Amino acid sequence: MREVDVLIVGGGPAGLAAAVALWKRGVRNILVLEREKQLGGILRQCIHDGFGLTRFGETLSGPEYAQRFIDELQKLNIPCITDCAVIRITAEKEVTAVSKNGLLRWRARTVILTMGCRERTRGALAIPGERPAGVFTAGVAQAYMNLYNRMPAKEAVILGSGDIGMIMARRLTLEGARVQAVFELQPYASGLPRNVEQCLNDYGIPLYLSHTVVEIHGNRRLTAVTVAEVDDRLRPIPGTERDYSCDTLILSVGLIPENELSLDAGVQLDPRTRGAVVDEYLQTTVPGIFAAGNVLHVHDLVDFVSLEAETLAESCVGCMEGRLPVCPLEIRAGSGINHTVPMRVSGEKDVCLSLRVSRPAGDCRIVVRQNGRELAVKKMKRALPAEMIRMQIPAERLQRSGALEVVLE
Amino acid sequence: MKELFDCLVIGGGVVGSAIARELARYRLKSAVLEKNLDVCYETSGRNSGVVHGGFAYDTGSLKARLCVEGNRGMQELSEELDFRFVRCGKVLVGNTPEDMESLKRTMQQGERNGVEGLELIDEQKLHELVPTVNGRFAMWSKNSGIVDPFGCTIALAENAAMNGVRYFFGREVTEIVRDGDGVYCVTASGEQFYTRWIINSAGLSCREISEMLGIHGYRVIGSKDHYIILDQRTGALLPMSVYPVPSNTYMGIHVTPTTDGNVIVGPDAEETSCFERYDVPQKNIDFLAEDASRLWPHIERKDYIRNYCGILPKWVDENGVIQDFKIEIRDELAPRAVNLVGIESPGLTAAVPIARYVLQLMQEREHFSLNPEFNGRRRGIRRFADMSDEEREEAIRKDPDYGELICRCEKVSKAEILEAIRNPLGVETMVGIKYRTRAMMGRCQGGYCQMRIEQLIEQEKKRRAEEVLYNRAGAQLLFGRVREEQA
Repeated sequence: MREVDVLIVGGGPAGLAAAVALWKRGVRNILVLEREKQLGGILRQCIHDGFGLTRFGETLSGPEYAQRFIDELQKLNIPCITDCAVIRITAEKEVTAVSKNGLLRWRARTVILTMGCRERTRGALAIPGERPAGVFTAGVAQAYMNLYNRMPAKEAVILGSGDIGMIMARRLTLEGARVQAVFELQPYASGLPRNVEQCLNDYGIPLYLSHTVVEIHGNRRLTAVTVAEVDDRLRPIPGTERDYSCDTLILSVGLIPENELSLDAGVQLDPRTRGAVVDEYLQTTVPGIFAAGNVLHVHDLVDFVSLEAETLAESCVGCMEGRLPVCPLEIRAGSGINHTVPMRVSGEKDVCLSLRVSRPAGDCRIVVRQNGRELAVKKMKRALPAEMIRMQIPAERLQRSGALEVVLE
Repeated sequence: MKELFDCLVIGGGVVGSAIARELARYRLKSAVLEKNLDVCYETSGRNSGVVHGGFAYDTGSLKARLCVEGNRGMQELSEELDFRFVRCGKVLVGNTPEDMESLKRTMQQGERNGVEGLELIDEQKLHELVPTVNGRFAMWSKNSGIVDPFGCTIALAENAAMNGVRYFFGREVTEIVRDGDGVYCVTASGEQFYTRWIINSAGLSCREISEMLGIHGYRVIGSKDHYIILDQRTGALLPMSVYPVPSNTYMGIHVTPTTDGNVIVGPDAEETSCFERYDVPQKNIDFLAEDASRLWPHIERKDYIRNYCGILPKWVDENGVIQDFKIEIRDELAPRAVNLVGIESPGLTAAVPIARYVLQLMQEREHFSLNPEFNGRRRGIRRFADMSDEEREEAIRKDPDYGELICRCEKVSKAEILEAIRNPLGVETMVGIKYRTRAMMGRCQGGYCQMRIEQLIEQEKKRRAEEVLYNRAGAQLLFGRVREEQA
C-alpha cells in the first residue's frame, strides 16, 4: 500500500484548486484521483460564461476556468490519476479506487473530499403522474447537449428556477427548442438574479413563481404536464391546474452534496447542508479528513469553491504537523439563516463564514453573536437564498467559550 | 412456406417465461409473443418482490398449493438460474385482541395449507427480529422471502431462450383463428404466427386473449398497487418484511427490504379498469408513507428515490369476490389452448409450479418427448458490487472493463453494461439495461450514468440517437444531434 500525504478525491474545481495550493505551500506527496477520463468535473459541461470574475477578474466559460487549474497542475507536475473511481475511504484514511489496471490502494495522512454534488431527481421529489421518457434533470440535459451532442428536447417545460435550469432554458432556446416556461415552487427564484435576467428575461421565457408540476402525462414519450399554483404552505391550489403540452420536463430542483464515500468513512453530516460537519479548518468529524466545494455545501459561484478549497493547503499542513487546535465553539444557524459553514471554530483566528438565508429579505442585517455580544454585522439591501453570503469574524472579538449564533434581522 | 410452431406462449412475464422454460425441456418448437420490448414491463416487474409463504390463501386453492410449492423450490431455482433470493422471513404485526384472533386464524390456515415455519411471537421476540418496528406481537413466517423480480423473470426467459425458445417482442396479439386442421393462426402486430398449442399467459390481457380463444365470460378487474422505494441506506433498518394483520382480501400496506438493500413501502390496492396507466398520484404517495409509518416509523422524504405502481389482474365473480387462479384447457371450446386467468399475487412465487401445472394439463392430452439437450442452468451477469476485492482484481485482469465504473450509486462497471446490452433476448432499451444491471436504479436515478449507457447502446447496436428507446415503442429518449458533426 502506497503512502501519500494528501489524497484528493475528485478532480473538479475544488480538488484542482486544493492540489495547486498544496503544491505551492510546499507539499509534494499529493495525489488527485478523478473518475472521469478528464479533469475538470462538472465545469466541463458548463460551456456558458460567467465563471472567474472573483477568482481571476475576468469572465470565462466553465471549461476555460477549469483549464486554468489543469494547466497549472500539469505545469507543476502534480500527480493525478484519471479514469480512477474511489470506492472506499476508511476512518483510518485507507483509500481504495478502481481503475482499468485493477484496484489501487493508498494510506493517506490526510484526505480531501471534493466529490461535488448530485441533482435532486423526480423520484426524490415524488412528482406524481406517469413515467414516460423525457423527464431529465437539468444537468443530464446539459451533459447530453454539451458533452454528447445529443438533443434532449423540442418542446420543454422547466420545473425549478435553479441556476442550471435557467441556463438550460437559454441553451435549449439557442439550439432551436421551445421553452414554454419555468415554474418555481417558492415565491422567489432559487437561482441567481443575473440568470433570471440573462437566461429567461432576455429570451422572453416566463418565470412563474409559486407554481409546481402536479402531474406528468404520457406512457411513452412525455406528452404534457399539469401545473398548478401553490398556496403559502406550498400546497397546490385546487382549480388552478393548467396543462402544458410538451415533450420534455427539465428539473432544476436542487443539488445534494455527494457524500456516500464520506458516510462510509464515518464522517458526520449536517442535516441542513447535507455536507460534512466541519470546523474552521474544514476538517470533518474524522480527524485528517477535510472537505471543500459542493460536497461540503452547495455554492452559488465556482470562484468561491476554489477560494474555499485553497484554504485547505494550510489546514492539511497544520494537521500533518499536529498543530490544528480543537474547535470548541459551535456556530448555530438561528432565525432566518438556513445554514453556516463551518459549524465549529477555535476562537483563535479570524474566520470566514459562508452562509445562506432561508428566505429573501430586504434592508436587513445579518448578525453574529456570542454570549449576547455582536461579533460581526453585515447590512444588506437585499438577501436572497440563491446567494451565498460570506462574513469575516475577527479573532480578537471571539471569546473562549459560548456558542456563536447567526441570525437575520 | 409458413412456419408452424408447436407452442406459442402469449405473454412473456414471469409466468409466461416459466412456461417457456418448462416447454424447453421437451422436443417442441416454442415461441413467446410479448407485446412489450422486454419481459418484465408489466405486473412481473411491478410488485414488491416478496416470496410468499402461502398462509394467506384459502385452503385447497391453486393459489395456496402452488405458492407453497413455489416457496419451497425458490432457493434451488435461484441457484440454478443465478438470480437474487433471500429467505429473510416476514412478520405480520398486531396490537389488539382482534388482531390476535385474526393472526391465529391466518396461522391455522397456513398450517392447513402445508406452510412450515409459522410461529406466534411476543413483543420481545418481535423486537429481537426487527428492532425498528411498532407492534405488540406478531406471526413470524420464517420461510417467506424476497426476490429480485426483474432478475427472476429475465433469468427464466434467458434460460428458455438458451434452450431454443424464440422471443418475439413488440408483438401484440389481436386475433386468434383456428383452421380446419386445428392449427391456430395468431395475428400479432400485423404478423401471422401458426401454432398447434397456445398458452394464454397474457397477465393483464388474459381476458382479451381468452375471448379471442372463444372462452367467454371471465370478469377481470385491476388492482392498482402503488409503492415508494427508499434509499439503500434504509435497508439496514429492516431485516425482513413487516406486514400489518391482513384482511380477507388484501395483505395491507407493508414495508419490505429488497434483495439490493432498499426498502419498499406499499402497496395500497385501488380498483382500476384501465390496465395501461402506470401513474402514481400524490394522494397515494402521501397515504402510503403515513399509513406504513405507524408500523415502521423510519420513512423520511429525504430517502425517497422513486415511486412506481403495478396492476394485478384479479378474476372476480359477479359479486366482485376475488377468485382463485384459473388454469384450464377447454377442449370443447379451444382444444390445445391453455387458458390462464387472474394470475395475480402470488404469481411471482408460484410461477414455476404454475408452469409445471400447465405442462401437466398439456401432457394429459399429448405425449411430449424429452429434449436431451436441455440445460436448466444459467449464469447471470457478475456484479462488481457483489465481488470481494480479490474477485474484483481478478475480474479486472480478465476484462479491464470491470475497472471502469459507469453507475456510481450501484457500482456497475462498463463490463456489466456491455454484457447487458448483448443480452440473449436482444433487448436494447434503457430500462432493459437498468433491469439487468441496476445501473440508473440508485439514488441519483441515472444522473451520472445514463448518458454513458445511451452512448454504449448506440455504439453496440449501431443505432442513431433518435432510435434509442427508454422503455416502450415510441418512448424516444433523444431527438438526434444538437449539431451535425463536421467530417
